[in-house]
Amino acid sequence: MIRALGYRAVQAVMVALLVGVLTFLMMQALPGDMAFRIAAGRYGYDAVNAQAAEAVRQELGLDQPAINAFGAWFMDLLRLDFGTSVISGAPVIDEIRHQLGASLQLAGAALALSLLIGPPVGVLAGLRAGGGLDRGLLLVSTALRSVPQFLMGLILIVLVSIHLGWLPAAGYGKPAHFILPALTLALGLAAVSARITRDAMAGVAASPFYAFGRWKGLSEPQLFRRHGLRNIGVALVTFLGLQFAMLVEGVVVIEAIFGWPGIGHALVHAIFGRDVPMVQGTALLLGLGFVVLNALVDLAAHWIDPRGNTEVRT
Amino acid sequence: MSALATDIPVVARSGWTRTQWAGAGLLALILGFAILAPMLFPADPLRQNLRNILGTGDAASPLGYDHLGRLLTARLAAALRLSVLISAAAVVTSAILGVAVGVLAAWRGGWVDRLFALLADSFLALPGLLMVLIISAIVPTTPLAFWIGLTLVLWIEYFRLTRATVRRLIAAPGVQASRLLGFGPVYIFRRHLWPELAPMLLTVAAFGAATAIMMIAALGFVSVGMRPPTPELGLMMVELLPYYREAPHALVAPVIATFLTLLGLNLIAGGRRA
Repeated sequence: MIRALGYRAVQAVMVALLVGVLTFLMMQALPGDMAFRIAAGRYGYDAVNAQAAEAVRQELGLDQPAINAFGAWFMDLLRLDFGTSVISGAPVIDEIRHQLGASLQLAGAALALSLLIGPPVGVLAGLRAGGGLDRGLLLVSTALRSVPQFLMGLILIVLVSIHLGWLPAAGYGKPAHFILPALTLALGLAAVSARITRDAMAGVAASPFYAFGRWKGLSEPQLFRRHGLRNIGVALVTFLGLQFAMLVEGVVVIEAIFGWPGIGHALVHAIFGRDVPMVQGTALLLGLGFVVLNALVDLAAHWIDPRGNTEVRT
Repeated sequence: MSALATDIPVVARSGWTRTQWAGAGLLALILGFAILAPMLFPADPLRQNLRNILGTGDAASPLGYDHLGRLLTARLAAALRLSVLISAAAVVTSAILGVAVGVLAAWRGGWVDRLFALLADSFLALPGLLMVLIISAIVPTTPLAFWIGLTLVLWIEYFRLTRATVRRLIAAPGVQASRLLGFGPVYIFRRHLWPELAPMLLTVAAFGAATAIMMIAALGFVSVGMRPPTPELGLMMVELLPYYREAPHALVAPVIATFLTLLGLNLIAGGRRA
């Protein structure tokens, strides 16, 4: 277990290095004079002159050679000092904290909704593998997987908002605004988690110990609680760690479509405006979030199934 | 959106199932349309004709016209060719990269193995869409950026699968015997490793192509992918969405095309014998 956590720590440093190199390349690849671009972003394109650009150059140290810049860049990154957004001028950490809240709300709602739909259906299908529900689930989940999340969002907007007029198509602040984006994300996640649960449940239901439990007279609910739940738990928890990546990608696209003021929306804007400190902060946060979450998954899997085998699972 | 490790069969078997053939048929249909449309209905997908705005199908364009009077048939075929070309290129390069590095890591073992595994895990921590977005900010040409970005995202799955499989095979008696007889690495790869790997790689490739097509369309849809007026699936959808009430047929065309392409790929990937 200690080794697995140590590996996660090394992985975190590697992620930081990767983000550092990528964002540094991104800054180097900016066309034209970076100082002029940043000045234009701050003061508007009409108000830029050589003096303003020179002031920006001095302030951000853009005139130093690239290798020095990378050294300083990476040290700042390791200290989690992202600097200020070149567009809004506010510290990156504040901007991210602001947006992260909105994103976490959406992601949490979507995850909760998907857990309400996916695993229960998967358990029911897995208990009777090959039955009607099982075949229906395979059909529906294959179809759902072939619908990209942005397309699901589009279909829900057209059906629910335009045709039926029940819910607002975009916006933030009221509970009604949650339903469509959360449902869009949840359907995609549930399609996969139902299949994972189904496969795990079918394996457990076909095992000798499950048959023995039934033979010695346990009722179906008792059997499931005692012998089923914990055994499908490891598969499900491990999958949750991987699901984070799907969720993040979904959040980036879904926020842009539904006008949700979260981290994905900000990321798309930062890429568009070549706001490198913002991109760096966001990318590092998402990458480290993945590593931390998977470390927690390692711990949880160990707690559910303590029979050794504590290798790194992803 | 990315293909998950849990989707990959542990034991690969040869022979295609009926589901997989159905997927291949669907894909062939889409590709046939993408390739044949320019021959049957030759037209410039960028040419506007404002007299045909949002028109329904006719002899020149059975799928109708878009909001600028451009031929939807020609545009849809061009968009499909673009998506398929980029994703196929990304799948091929990522497969070569992932398999080569995977074999190297499993064969050499030791610190080489640990280093590459760590590198792959670190790439895995960055969401694929984020990687493609950052590369698109570094590389100025959009299709090239997609190609590089998607390759960097997709190679991980090949690497992990190849590494796990080759590790198991190298310790097996067959490979041991071949090595003792003095056969070189090329022979061992061709006779022992490749036949085991190939069917599994097909699954990863089909999922990877689906991931690639989804990402290209998703980024086009949120206006950070291909630039107008290039015909692209996601871009076409977002352009035609405001005209949904007047011309639902125009919006439906790219939606159905995307769905069928992804369905075909998912059926090939997921329709293996249980």
